[in-house]
Amino acid sequence: MNLWMILKVALRAIARNKTRSLLTALGIIVGIAAVIAVVAIGQGASTMMMSQINSMGNNLIMVFPGSRNQGGVHSGSGGSQTLSAEDGEAVARDLQHLVRAVTPIVRSGGQAIYQENNWSTQIQGVSLDFLEVRNWEMESGTFFTAADQRAGSRVCVIGHTVADNLFPYDDPTGKSLRIRNMPFKVLGVLTSKGSNSMGSDQDDTIIAPYTTVRRVLQNSVFNNVNMLLISLYSLDDIPAAKTEIASLLRQRHKLNARTDDDFNLLDMTEITNTIGSITKLMSILLTAVASISLLVGGIGIMNIMLVSVTERTREIGLRMAIGATPSDILLQFITEAMALSTVGGLIGVAIGVAGAQTVGKLQQWPILITESSVIVAFLFSAAIGVFFGFYPALRASRLNPIDCLRYE
Amino acid sequence: MLITLQNLFKTYRMGDNVVHALDDVSLTIAAGDFVAIMGASGSGKSTLLNILGCLDTPTAGTYLLDGVQVSNMSRAKLARIRNQKLGFVFQNFNLLARTSALENVELPTFYNGYMSGSQRRKRAAEMLDRVGLGNRHEHTPAQLSGGQQQRVAIARALMNNPPVILADEPTGNLDTRSSAEIMELFARLNQEGITIVMVTHEEDIAACAKRKVMMRDGQVVGAPQTGNPAP
Repeated sequence: MNLWMILKVALRAIARNKTRSLLTALGIIVGIAAVIAVVAIGQGASTMMMSQINSMGNNLIMVFPGSRNQGGVHSGSGGSQTLSAEDGEAVARDLQHLVRAVTPIVRSGGQAIYQENNWSTQIQGVSLDFLEVRNWEMESGTFFTAADQRAGSRVCVIGHTVADNLFPYDDPTGKSLRIRNMPFKVLGVLTSKGSNSMGSDQDDTIIAPYTTVRRVLQNSVFNNVNMLLISLYSLDDIPAAKTEIASLLRQRHKLNARTDDDFNLLDMTEITNTIGSITKLMSILLTAVASISLLVGGIGIMNIMLVSVTERTREIGLRMAIGATPSDILLQFITEAMALSTVGGLIGVAIGVAGAQTVGKLQQWPILITESSVIVAFLFSAAIGVFFGFYPALRASRLNPIDCLRYE
Repeated sequence: MLITLQNLFKTYRMGDNVVHALDDVSLTIAAGDFVAIMGASGSGKSTLLNILGCLDTPTAGTYLLDGVQVSNMSRAKLARIRNQKLGFVFQNFNLLARTSALENVELPTFYNGYMSGSQRRKRAAEMLDRVGLGNRHEHTPAQLSGGQQQRVAIARALMNNPPVILADEPTGNLDTRSSAEIMELFARLNQEGITIVMVTHEEDIAACAKRKVMMRDGQVVGAPQTGNPAP
């Protein structure tokens, strides 16, 4: 008996009891649909979070001022004023093999005014490398120049949200806006980046040279910055780079071996790992639930196959009488169980994909259906059929044809 | 000789009781013969037919079918012998329900790989024509009369062109007219060269056979016309 004919006989046997076959396959359908939907939604969510994290910049390390220890008195974190733009330049210069670009961030805030419009926003003082570090581009106009940075010129580029609110009708480039009554010339507008993974709007910002922000807006004579943003060539270099940056900064800040760091290093891998472990935990839990459903589905198939073997005892006897070997009968019933679970698996995949897409549409949630998850689900359902169909099939193959033919 | 049974025993043990379903049976059946095995219930005629049909193996003794020793073959090998050498006709027809006559007839060829799908359908159609059901190919058993169902079963038995057809009370579920038609069909097939061994308890049905073998208490008590010695 060749495989194609066995399959045909199996499919016909399934089609003969449509309602029963459907109910039997329901456990598999639910289990596979759940797995497909959960994987699609989970992978979509983690992809979205990863892309939001990446929108902050490539392979970033952030350096914050740390706690200051003066005569045994610890200030709070950020109390140290030793972190400077020159530290950033030193990192860029001395760690060229790892570091692609560095920018200091000096933060200020205030009310920006253009004609009758005003908008409260944050003002970030940065260096020339800012765009490269943040992986950001100009939508129109130009970024400030090295000359602007040296001179501390009152120039700026603005984020999309600021542009929309201050210049609803005009092209901002070349216009002059006022911050705390000081005029700043708008050189251009940044492309829109949307919100970051914490949900804050990255486009609601004004970018100016850090020299300008420190001198004009902070009125500061000190050289300290709020943060250094360091972009690396490769994500894999993060651990090595952190070590080298730390030792360079310790050396520059003249810290001896007994003194704690006066800065903190933070990188995105920590956030990524946290998000990753949460999504992983969710997946494990939901996969466990789906596995139980598949187990129950498999037992349902075994149960119905045992009933089917009993019901069709006469048919088994006849098939044996006209030449079916025990292995022909074994193969026939295993194939039947496998066809049942595979058809269930296919329906489950369809429902899972449709379900995931519906959830995605309704909740504005990204979904990602990978080929591998569909193939794995499909093969797994076939394997369930073989596993749970084996015992009933073995019983059928061991029946005695004489008893079968007499069976009422 | 097509079938040779020598000193065949079939013994069942039920607790302390030993039951001899077959008690030293020897029998030969030549090619082209038409034998009716008769006997009361419990006489061992069904056991004998089961062993002849390779569905059961004897406890002792030898069974040569078409020159092949089959008394101690494995289940899988017996299945091949049944497929190639034997055709079965049952009292209750044993057709697959909700399956067309044509597909029922095709069934034995599923278990050997000789024929393509179209060859199989052609051969099945020929067999249905041979038993006089040329216009009933697509009918399911439920749409056929008892006599017609038995004809489908006979067509199925002929499908692999076996030398022997074994029939177990083939007219047991049929009315007199259908029974007569089935016996006519058997007589015709026998004339065409097929050996037929039939179990029955009806005298008039047995009368259609060329010879009768009487069974009593597991023994053959008389085998007229061939002079096969009764033990």
